[in-house]
Amino acid sequence: MVEKGTSLLKMMEISVAEAEKRTGKNAVNMQETYTVYLIETSVEHIIWTNPVPDSLWRRYSEFELLRNYLLVTYPFSVVPPLPEKRAEFVWHKLSADNMDPDFVERRRVGLENFLLRVASHPDLSSDKIFYSFLTEENGWKETVFETGFQAKADSRLKALNATFRVKNPDKRFAEMKHYGDELQSVISQLLRVRARAADRLYGVYKVHGNYGRVFSEWSAIEKEMGDGLQSAGHHMDAYAASVDDILEEEEHYADQLKEYLFYADALRAVCRKHELTQYELEMAAQDLTSKKQQREELATGTIRTFSLKGMTSKLFGQETPEQREAKLKMLETQIEEGEELVKERNAECEEFVKSAWVDIERFKEQKDHDLREALISYAIMQISMCKKGIQVWNNAKECFSKM
Amino acid sequence: MSAMSAGAPRSLASSGQKSIQDILHPLSAEESALNPGSAAEKDLILPNGTPVDTSSPASSSSLLNRLQLDDDLDGETRDLFVTVDDPKKHVSTMETYITYRVCTKTTRTEFDLPEYSVRRRYQDFDWLRNKLEESQPTHLIPPLPEKFVMKGVVDRFSEEFVETRRKALDKFLKRVADHPVLSFNEHFNAFLSAKDLNKRQGLALLTKMGESVKYVTGGYKLRARPVEFAAMGDYLDLFTQKLGTIDRIAQRIIKEQSEFLMELREYGPVYSSWSSFEEDLHDPLEGVSGCVSNCSSALEELTEDMSEDFLPVLREYVLYIESMKNVLKKRDQVQAEYETKLEAVVFREDKKTPVPTDVEKCQDRVECFNADLKADWDRWENNKRQDFRQLLTGMADKNIQYYEKCLAAWESLIPVLQDKQEAEGETS
Repeated sequence: MVEKGTSLLKMMEISVAEAEKRTGKNAVNMQETYTVYLIETSVEHIIWTNPVPDSLWRRYSEFELLRNYLLVTYPFSVVPPLPEKRAEFVWHKLSADNMDPDFVERRRVGLENFLLRVASHPDLSSDKIFYSFLTEENGWKETVFETGFQAKADSRLKALNATFRVKNPDKRFAEMKHYGDELQSVISQLLRVRARAADRLYGVYKVHGNYGRVFSEWSAIEKEMGDGLQSAGHHMDAYAASVDDILEEEEHYADQLKEYLFYADALRAVCRKHELTQYELEMAAQDLTSKKQQREELATGTIRTFSLKGMTSKLFGQETPEQREAKLKMLETQIEEGEELVKERNAECEEFVKSAWVDIERFKEQKDHDLREALISYAIMQISMCKKGIQVWNNAKECFSKM
Repeated sequence: MSAMSAGAPRSLASSGQKSIQDILHPLSAEESALNPGSAAEKDLILPNGTPVDTSSPASSSSLLNRLQLDDDLDGETRDLFVTVDDPKKHVSTMETYITYRVCTKTTRTEFDLPEYSVRRRYQDFDWLRNKLEESQPTHLIPPLPEKFVMKGVVDRFSEEFVETRRKALDKFLKRVADHPVLSFNEHFNAFLSAKDLNKRQGLALLTKMGESVKYVTGGYKLRARPVEFAAMGDYLDLFTQKLGTIDRIAQRIIKEQSEFLMELREYGPVYSSWSSFEEDLHDPLEGVSGCVSNCSSALEELTEDMSEDFLPVLREYVLYIESMKNVLKKRDQVQAEYETKLEAVVFREDKKTPVPTDVEKCQDRVECFNADLKADWDRWENNKRQDFRQLLTGMADKNIQYYEKCLAAWESLIPVLQDKQEAEGETS
């Protein structure tokens, strides 16, 4: 097995090679069509190279299961996101249909990207469930459920409650969470406007195709001007057609942004987990303090804290010394347990903060690097588009000058 | 910020009418008066701080086109040069209007002086055209830009509108000056040389296409248009159709581009707001925002240019064709008159003398008309070819310029995006 700390990717090649449509009966015994993705892995050995890659088929829902498992099992890690379940931020020509081949292809790329991200993560890559996801087709689902990870998952309500009630969260995490919010908001906006702009750009290019037609018709009634017009018309057609490739390339940029849109969510999940652990620590500490206070009151006879017991004893008379003794003993045990719990939770919290912050720093560097690269490739795309435009219009200009 | 944001039309500064002594000779005219568009291009700044270089071959050739006279000289030497420039607003108690300076340089003896500089308003050009139609009905008279402008929709005193009109008026006079017959017309002479045109205006102001008194023949039925003229008519019909289609396409493109521009103006700033909460990525994101902004400005220029330079020329040609069709109809009338009268003579029993001379006169008229028209048609075809070559080449040039500006912006961004040294050096 891979040792913890070394990235799986250094030892193994992973790819999502193909996608296929399948039909079968689902949980409620109804026919459904779904897509499966072929995962190919080849392990590199020092002594011999594996010529034929191992492969197995997985559905999107299995990827989701894997990710949910990782989220619960490694709450201090910024877990890489999956590509979107349904096509969003589409501009009108692009299909929102999950079965559309372009969407499936982009999803295939996204799933491969997900696996590579996990395989290069210092903590996640050494996970056994992840490894068997890549290597064991049958029985994997059962293995995952056997880990009992679902029971460990925090309820949403519990997490929300913590967010509102935590008193002293680590400031860095609060800032990170805020950053995650802002990042998500700005990327959503960017994707929305970009999709609208893509729609408009499509219109601009396509209308130029009408020039092609009218120049052709016009050239039929001209003598000397005819040839120039006709060939210019062809260039107009080419110009109109070129927008399809341009916008397809831009989708790739949109996908890169989308990954970080979803990554923002993963980042916030880590921050929320911190709030939860911190809250649980605070609760345990608070509980301990109140128990200690109760013991003090019981020992000294003064009642400073309000308790129902205290009220009823006031109403119905004081308790006997034996009862008091018993109570004191119980409190002592509880305080002992409470101190243990606080120590435990404190250690958990510290451990969490340490590990989470390491991964957040790693994520920050990755994000800065990846987004910079994305912007560079976007600029290169724009440059290529401009050069193509110049070329087409120069060609058309030549034809016009020969009219 | 930059002048690019002043997308609304700018009004001219008004001044009183200048006396002829104060008006400069056309050849000493400032470059800027002839090329108002160049100032705006200086405002584009690339993300790395350098101004955009727009001195591409495309932009300098369009400047040349504006100054150049017809390059098709047929080997003749020119002896008459006319230009229209220097629009000025005049405000009086009764009305506000624009005058243009009309400069003439000539060696022709029909003119008293070798040089003239007069100021004319649109009304005067309209008068000239009507006079020409009246006095030279067998010829194709070039068109004027449209007379009536809907108030409230178009600002008659905006720089853009006035410049578009000036160009069209300039073209009109140049075409008349190049015409072997029209250029010798006495009304044209008066238009170019007379200090005051008012006395000569007469009653022909009323109709847009002056009906010739001499040639109102009406009521004669033409049997058949001769093949060559029928072909002209058919061609004009088809050509008008195509021009209409091109006009619609161009308008549609401008509309789509404007809507794309609107989205871009929202798109760029999002990168700016993103950069405000990033550290390492701050400069790259700001850079992208600046780039998109530059591309937006370039696109705005493109759509404005197409609106100002491309569409008006198309529409001018449609008007030109309309007036040509009318000339063809007039020719038909003249021929019809001749044929009817000839028929009457052939079937006449008594041969009285006045009739044959009358028929002969008609025959002369037909032959003159046909000859003039054929010559003008050839000239028109030539001009049309040049005009459309220039128009479409201009359209290609404007698009090339747009892409060149965008290309420059994005290329200058790459080093900003790749530069990590500075960012790393700054982090303590």
